[in-house]
Amino acid sequence: MELVIALTIGVLAGSGLWLLLRPRTFQVIIGLSLMSYAVNLFIFSMGRLRMGAPPILDPSVPNPAHYADPVPQALVLTAIVISFAMTALFLVVLLAARGLSGSDHVDSTEQGP
Amino acid sequence: MDNAATHTLLLTALIALPFLGSIVAAFFPTNARNAEVWLAGSVALAGLVIAASLYSVIAEGAVVQAKFSWVPQYGLNFHVRLDGYAWSFVVLICTIGLLVVLYARYYMSPADPVPRFFSYLLGFMGAMLGIVVSGNLLQIVFFWELTSLYSFLLIGYWHQKQAARDGARITLTVTAVGGLCLLAGMVLLGQMVGSYDLDMVLRAGPVVTAHAYYLPTLLFIAIGVLTKSAQFPFHFWLPRAMAAPTPVSAYLHSATMVKAGIFLLARLWPVMSGNDYWFWIFTSLGATTLLIGAFLALFQQDLKGLLAYSTISHLGLITLLLGLGSPLAAVAAVFHTMNHATFKASLFMAAGIIDHEAGTRDIRRLGGLHRTMPITAALAMVAAAAMAGVPLLNGFLSKEMFFAETIESHVASALDDALPVIATFASMFSVAYSLRLIHQVFFGTEATELPRTPRDPVVWMLLPIAFLVLTCVLVGVAPQATIGGFLYIAVHGVLGNATPQYSLSVWHGFTPAFWMSLVALAGGVIIYAALLKYLSGDVEGAPVLRRLKGQRLFERAVAAASWRGANRLVQVLGSTRLQSQILLLICVTLVAGVWPLHKGAIAFQLPRLNDIDTTFLLVWIIGAGCAVGAAQQAKFHRLAAVILMGGAGLSTCLTFAWASAPDLALTQLLVEIVTTVLLLLGLRWLPKRLQDASPLASLALRARRVRDIVIAIAGGLGLAALSYAVMTRPQRHSIAGHFLEKSYSEGGGRNVVNVILVDFRGFDTLGEISVLAIVAITIYALLRRFRPARDSMAVPEQKRFQDKFDAEHGLSGREAISAHYMIVPGLIMRLLFPVVAMMAMFLLLRGHDLPGGGFAAGLTFAIAFILQYVAGGVRWVEARLTVLPVRWIGFGLLASLGTGLAAAIFSQPFLTSAFQYVDLPWLGRLPLASALIFDVGVFALVLGATVLILIALAHQSIRVGRTTSKSGSV
Repeated sequence: MELVIALTIGVLAGSGLWLLLRPRTFQVIIGLSLMSYAVNLFIFSMGRLRMGAPPILDPSVPNPAHYADPVPQALVLTAIVISFAMTALFLVVLLAARGLSGSDHVDSTEQGP
Repeated sequence: MDNAATHTLLLTALIALPFLGSIVAAFFPTNARNAEVWLAGSVALAGLVIAASLYSVIAEGAVVQAKFSWVPQYGLNFHVRLDGYAWSFVVLICTIGLLVVLYARYYMSPADPVPRFFSYLLGFMGAMLGIVVSGNLLQIVFFWELTSLYSFLLIGYWHQKQAARDGARITLTVTAVGGLCLLAGMVLLGQMVGSYDLDMVLRAGPVVTAHAYYLPTLLFIAIGVLTKSAQFPFHFWLPRAMAAPTPVSAYLHSATMVKAGIFLLARLWPVMSGNDYWFWIFTSLGATTLLIGAFLALFQQDLKGLLAYSTISHLGLITLLLGLGSPLAAVAAVFHTMNHATFKASLFMAAGIIDHEAGTRDIRRLGGLHRTMPITAALAMVAAAAMAGVPLLNGFLSKEMFFAETIESHVASALDDALPVIATFASMFSVAYSLRLIHQVFFGTEATELPRTPRDPVVWMLLPIAFLVLTCVLVGVAPQATIGGFLYIAVHGVLGNATPQYSLSVWHGFTPAFWMSLVALAGGVIIYAALLKYLSGDVEGAPVLRRLKGQRLFERAVAAASWRGANRLVQVLGSTRLQSQILLLICVTLVAGVWPLHKGAIAFQLPRLNDIDTTFLLVWIIGAGCAVGAAQQAKFHRLAAVILMGGAGLSTCLTFAWASAPDLALTQLLVEIVTTVLLLLGLRWLPKRLQDASPLASLALRARRVRDIVIAIAGGLGLAALSYAVMTRPQRHSIAGHFLEKSYSEGGGRNVVNVILVDFRGFDTLGEISVLAIVAITIYALLRRFRPARDSMAVPEQKRFQDKFDAEHGLSGREAISAHYMIVPGLIMRLLFPVVAMMAMFLLLRGHDLPGGGFAAGLTFAIAFILQYVAGGVRWVEARLTVLPVRWIGFGLLASLGTGLAAAIFSQPFLTSAFQYVDLPWLGRLPLASALIFDVGVFALVLGATVLILIALAHQSIRVGRTTSKSGSV
């Protein structure tokens, strides 16, 4: 299982990095979203993968070691929401820059010096 | 009160009063000239009274001290130390200060904002007093830099004038850089001595002069001293500083600030002068400054410029004297410092009056002023004569001492032998420019066409000059009776027991020095007579030397260093292109990630392939395919890219669900929905990108793609390897146990993730929702002023196609397909609204104990609203529903903050929560924690922010329709 998740993180991050290096603003936005999937999964995996571990406290399971690690989950939960806000902000900046400069190049000019 | 306590009090008052006065002065009304003068005058007078009250102690040769703890760990004390030399400077600073304040009352026009002026002036006075009474090397540097700052502010007082701004800037650059060098020198000196205490330093002369660091220390201190006292080659700032109001020139540029360098030179004289380097540096530069200053002064056409160069020359004379290293020369230096302060301050004030009354300072335009302003003329002439060194005036006495000293031999060298000639020659020019000042300004043909009609000013303005000129005369006639005691106190403060025998009298017989004085006077008259025609001409500046401008060189150097060099550096090292920047960022991150491997490779566990769940593997084969597809399609097929990205997101969501994180899976799913809606709304304003007709890309472009692919693969592999390595290692230390144990007992919730968010780390969450609110409002504000791209204004292709079809089939109004093609899905969506809203409430209420919570609930409710917009369109929804997202945001923020602050009522730290089980009718037994209110705040804020973002984007279509129709009708 670890291998699958690790490779997945790698593919998501690789696709994201490729898009971040592209010249078009929309490519960069998609790239950032893919990167955020990769990074969220990465942070989440720092708590190790546990299949079928109870995430909610149950009086019949007293040992904390049997539960899923809640700390990376809490970190990732807010990260998901914030990354949505960032995508929205970038999108609006993209549209405004496109409207102002007439170009969707990240530098707002087609081929700079 | 015993003596020590009294002294501490007096010294504290001496240093603190000017700064207090400076603060008070700043708050007076703009035109309160009289009040300001009373305040500033009282401060200066108080300084004099303090000095007078300490006279009896100082006259006995005692040193009055006061120490305050400053940074005791480093042996740094705030040490006020008043010996005879410092005392004489205190008297000088306060006396001239008092006179300048009085003069300034009548000099400043009612239009000038005087609080600023007097505030700076008092601050400067405090800084200057700070230099002279400091008993600690670093403290001296501190006040030294403070005088540089105040002089910057004072020179730039008329900041509306370009000349004032330039002068202030140059002065600050030169003197502050000098101050930094001085700091380096002082630190070295302190290290050599082992203490920054002035008393210790003054006793360490032999150690310092024999030390290996002597030369670098001397060079650093020399740069500090020479810049401050405007010595060659740093002299060029002083003439530029003449753009300052004249009281400032009289105070700073004749009597005090430029004397700070001299003061320090004399202060360190007993410690450092016992080495030949001292002689070489200060004597040679002093002699050069003396000559150049006197020569250039003669050719100035601006009255204040003449005085500025004269000041440079006289300061050179004093530097030269201190450089000689003999005690008698030091006596002459101290004496000339005082004499120069008196006659030069009075001359500056006279120049200010002439400027004021005649409207110009150009010597060529002035003339015959002794008829129209006789009192000013008489006073200025006496002061100028003192400057020239005419017998029976104070300038003659110190100059004769100077001549006598140059004849003595000090360090056997050609320079020492040439000193009498240099001194006489420079004095000839000094006589010549003094003569020129008297002759061309006050005599000669009476000036016509002056901007104003000159006449003597009010008596209060003349009083300060009269006082100073009277001092010149009295000292010149009866030196021993008037200044003898004062001079002895000052000299003894510098030299201590090494004070030599010297004689203060007007007549010493026909000594060589006397003959030199006579030669200088005669030679000066001859030079002036010979150059009279040249000087009255149109040429600005001296022959030959006017071409060589130190200031021009300085400006070029500053320009090269500050913006040309910086620009070059930015061009070489920087890029304005985002792609190069991101490339660099990624590469640095990659290197930083790989770097630790040089200590040893990571051990990888072999993967166990048999426990891989095939379903899960399948999910991620699809997910990874989606990610790669999105990366490939993002340029030309944006819609496909959005859909594929959603596929990768869903795989992520499934992973969360699989790996025991239901909260994350829920949130991810909801965010996927709103993100997709968001991007679809954005796509409306991105015109279709057409694939290039010729797919044959250039070689450079292909190379770049290959490079990017390599980097992307390297980054992906690195992250994969890292996460695999971590995941296959056992988890040793984790704070998870702590949260799991305390979650129920202290937070009252079974859903640990939610308890962490709203309770344990509530403050973090508060920060995060604040970010969300800021982003939403930023987007709203951006879109209010936003105009989409011109080529995206047209009606979308699909809609045009539909409209065309409707028109061809004669369908209009309710019959048109475009009006009702959404009827069935729209109806379903409308019916879903209460269901989805109920779902949101359910998620919110159970969040503390079961998967859910404010984030998920807020997103769900937002989706309920979005569905209505999708189903009915913006106009339909807003005609029926009042959605006030900004208020939701505000309410959410206030509710979260309020929950946190409520803890303060119970004297608990911010965001402490309380919980209790409550029996509610219908709903049953519910856990009610105060954290729930916090979660409600999170819910409201997430709802408001999401809705605000999406609605703001959706509103674009209405606004654009409006603007295009408007522009069409016009």
